[in-house]
Amino acid sequence: MFQPRSIQSSLTFRDKLISIDYILVFSILILGIISMFAMYSTDGGEFKYHTKSHILRFCIFFLMFFIISFVQIRLWHSTSYLIYLIFFILLIGVKYFGLTSSGSKRWLNFYFMNLQPSELMKVGLILFLAKYYHRVSLENVNKIKFLFLPIVALVSPVLLVIMQPDLGTSILIGAGGIIVAWLAGVRPKFFIYASLLFISFLPVAISFLKPYQKSRILTFLNPEKDPLGAGYQIIQSKIAIGSGGLFGKGFLNGSQSYLDYLPEKHTDFIFTLFSEEFGFFGSLIILILYGIIVSRIVKIGNITRSNFGKLYCYSFASAFFVYVVVNMGMVLGLLPIVGSPLPIMSYGGSSMMAIMLGLGIAMSCKVYKDTPVN
Amino acid sequence: MFNSNSGNTVIKSKLISRRMFLLSVGKAIVVVGVLSRLISLQINESRKYKTLSDKNRFREWKLAPERGVIKDYFDNELASNRQVYQIHLIPENTQNIEEVFFRLKSILNITEKKIFSLKRKIAKQKPWEPIIISDNLNWSEFSRINLFLHEMQGVEPIVSIARIYNDTSSAHIMGYVSQVSAKDLKDKTYLKDMSVPGIAVGKTGLERYLDEKIIGKVGFQRYEVNAFGKRIKQIQVDQGQAGKSFKTTLDLEVQKFSSEIIKDKAASVCVMDIYNGDIISLVSSPAYDPNAFVHGIDKTYWQSLIKNKRKPLINKAISGLYPPGSTIKTIVALSALENNIVRPLNTVKCTGKIELFGEKFHCWKKKGHGTMNMRSAIKRSCDVYFYEIARKLGVDRLSETAKKFGLGKKVLPNFSEERPGVVPSTSWKKKYIGQNWYLGETLHSGIGQGYFQSTPIQLCLMTAQIANGGFKINPRIIYDKDKNNLKDYLDFKNKNPDQPLTDDLLVSNFDLKPLFRNQENIKIVKDAMYSSSNEPGGTSYGSRLENKKFMFAGKTGSSQIKRFTEAQREAEVKQESLKYEDRDHALFVAFAPVSDPKYAISVVVEHGGSGSKSAAPIAQKVIKKVIERDSLRNSFKNSYSEST
Repeated sequence: MFQPRSIQSSLTFRDKLISIDYILVFSILILGIISMFAMYSTDGGEFKYHTKSHILRFCIFFLMFFIISFVQIRLWHSTSYLIYLIFFILLIGVKYFGLTSSGSKRWLNFYFMNLQPSELMKVGLILFLAKYYHRVSLENVNKIKFLFLPIVALVSPVLLVIMQPDLGTSILIGAGGIIVAWLAGVRPKFFIYASLLFISFLPVAISFLKPYQKSRILTFLNPEKDPLGAGYQIIQSKIAIGSGGLFGKGFLNGSQSYLDYLPEKHTDFIFTLFSEEFGFFGSLIILILYGIIVSRIVKIGNITRSNFGKLYCYSFASAFFVYVVVNMGMVLGLLPIVGSPLPIMSYGGSSMMAIMLGLGIAMSCKVYKDTPVN
Repeated sequence: MFNSNSGNTVIKSKLISRRMFLLSVGKAIVVVGVLSRLISLQINESRKYKTLSDKNRFREWKLAPERGVIKDYFDNELASNRQVYQIHLIPENTQNIEEVFFRLKSILNITEKKIFSLKRKIAKQKPWEPIIISDNLNWSEFSRINLFLHEMQGVEPIVSIARIYNDTSSAHIMGYVSQVSAKDLKDKTYLKDMSVPGIAVGKTGLERYLDEKIIGKVGFQRYEVNAFGKRIKQIQVDQGQAGKSFKTTLDLEVQKFSSEIIKDKAASVCVMDIYNGDIISLVSSPAYDPNAFVHGIDKTYWQSLIKNKRKPLINKAISGLYPPGSTIKTIVALSALENNIVRPLNTVKCTGKIELFGEKFHCWKKKGHGTMNMRSAIKRSCDVYFYEIARKLGVDRLSETAKKFGLGKKVLPNFSEERPGVVPSTSWKKKYIGQNWYLGETLHSGIGQGYFQSTPIQLCLMTAQIANGGFKINPRIIYDKDKNNLKDYLDFKNKNPDQPLTDDLLVSNFDLKPLFRNQENIKIVKDAMYSSSNEPGGTSYGSRLENKKFMFAGKTGSSQIKRFTEAQREAEVKQESLKYEDRDHALFVAFAPVSDPKYAISVVVEHGGSGSKSAAPIAQKVIKKVIERDSLRNSFKNSYSEST
């Protein structure tokens, strides 16, 4: 028991390189490259702003991912609360110093980039709760006293983000937190209570929603009701994906996107664009790549020895999975349009940064899989 | 509080793994859901979405084809096209349609009502389809609009093509075009795919008759457009096809000439080539301006047209129904001869009236004509002679001959406004009036009164078929090939005067349909018509043309509107002293030249009094004009057939 520990603490750079999960790395890389081509297509087949900046970001954050991977997992464990706190302060900062764009206040202006703290909070909350439940003993998990902190840690950022307003991200943050709580062994009855409570508060919550958010949800229920208004995005996205057929219209030939029928094609609807141009088989490849990423992180969770690592990896993998299916469900017309990026593929620095941070920590769990965490 | 003993850790780890397993099951279900959605969209319903995507991607703008031109025999354009300046509006391209209308209103003369109807039209069509704000602007308006164009997005100046009729003489036979109406769309199946803004359809006359061929084929431009309606690139263009142009048999010069003569009257003139049925002239008066309809008729002008008692919108030559009056006497005589009722020299004594079946039948000449044979009875138009003939002949035999010569049915094919008229017979009366025929009515029919109704073109055809020796011709107004069997036959006959041809041979060698039993009878009637116009005492002697080149043979007629009372008859009331509406219609039919007949003419002057006084002088002038142009027509025909 002590033997491996001493070896682990003195890992050489070579050891670390060897222990990296290359299947995961390559899947990320391939997705990244695919996303560059998709971005090139959204720019109308020209090497323009979105493509350039996406490539740059991917490179920077991919590098960051490696650096994070090599950082001791114990460091991530010990700074988890701090990281959460920093992200939380940034979120509060958004409320006062945020940039407003198209009606919502989501960004903080740092000179090198506009940061969206809510994206980072997706990982921050998982990190926080993973550490918390790592430390709470099994018999205490379901005691009300020990449920208090996680609830506060979950609800306060979610509320902050809802008020930006950004329904999509707040849901995803909340989903991440709930996943950790579930994995940590919080009893199903608490989830049932929570959802009953949520439902009873729903009418109140709805009254806080912005009109456009309400109409989006109504539209989701019946998109054909107002094809040129709120239902437009869903309908056009379905047309694009459906018209892609089995093999797609071909690279740069997605008429729906290059004729601007597709909304938000750089960000939320990047999968639609890809699916239109590369068809069902292209979509399947994307799904498989995401599947590999999720399963590799789960695998890291399986082999990592610390419960912090397990909790983190399982939670992050599951949250990652949720991000992907929420985005796809949205563009496929299965879920309302709430605004959630597709991990790695969508344009957007903060999202990329958060995902790479998350992946990096997971990879760190792999590299330091035998390191116990206290 | 924080327990980190290793046993607990292992239990915890197992719990986490168990929970993760449950979560993974949930994930798998979700993945199946996403995958099946992808399959349903991209494989099962792909065809539907491809169609929708193309519908997004492509837009078609239809192009109105150029309407074919209608020419006269000498290639003068009767209905032609000209450039017009128009203002179109594409609602999708406007920022604020209210503002655009406001601006347009201040620049052009657009009424609120028009704007209202435009808005309703806009609401009905696709936002990218152009709507015509104004279809015929003059240059100053057009240039004014162009000046303000930068302030009005979505407004487009267009140079288009529209119908123009160069003069009104042919208004009735040409008809006119106007905007497509809902009724047109319902009735005319060929318009189904032609819903192009600005397309005009023929409403009456030749324009209507030829519409399907003359309208052309709609073209289209297919563009790829982006989500904002901006045209990205042209994918396909089909210029469509200009409509077919048509050459008619009309002579614009004669049209103008005839319409000028009758312009103050409610009258019609019809001239026909007696060999090939070419209609040289067909005018009706008063005329209207067909150009007024092309861009939507002005309300006051429309009111003035429909309120005019002389009915300018009616083509009197084919839609006007008149009792043929004495012009029918040619047919009565012919029928009697053909049926061996009389010999030409049998006489009847006219005392001004006869009494039959307890009714008095008057001759137009109160004192009577004295002893009449067939020739003199036609010459002087003796009614009593024809009462007697008709009585012997009977209405059914008369009706048979009259129908054979073209009365009682439409002359031109497919002219919707043409009317068939009536040739009465015992069975006709039974069928349409539901009564038995009275013998007295036979007598009225014998002088072309009573139930008889005919159009001027029918009378012209009747005369033509007498003049050409009794052969059937098919009147035509659209010129095509110029093969003339009848002429061939006459040439043959002139070369071989002693070789009589049987009817069988006429049919087999010359494809002719004789309308007679004995051609001698036709000659007798023609000779009688000659006497009527060229011998003293003839009813149209006063209008004769003495030059052999122009000399014509005709028959006058007047059809009664109101029966004279005994008192009027005693007082010998003159037609001129009657109220306009009560005067007789004046008719005249003739063929010319007598020596070698070529043309037949019918003139009808509504409420003109007597045929000899008001219809014959018109015919005289027109005949002269037509024959003057005969050689020109022949030479043009030759040059035309050589050049094609």
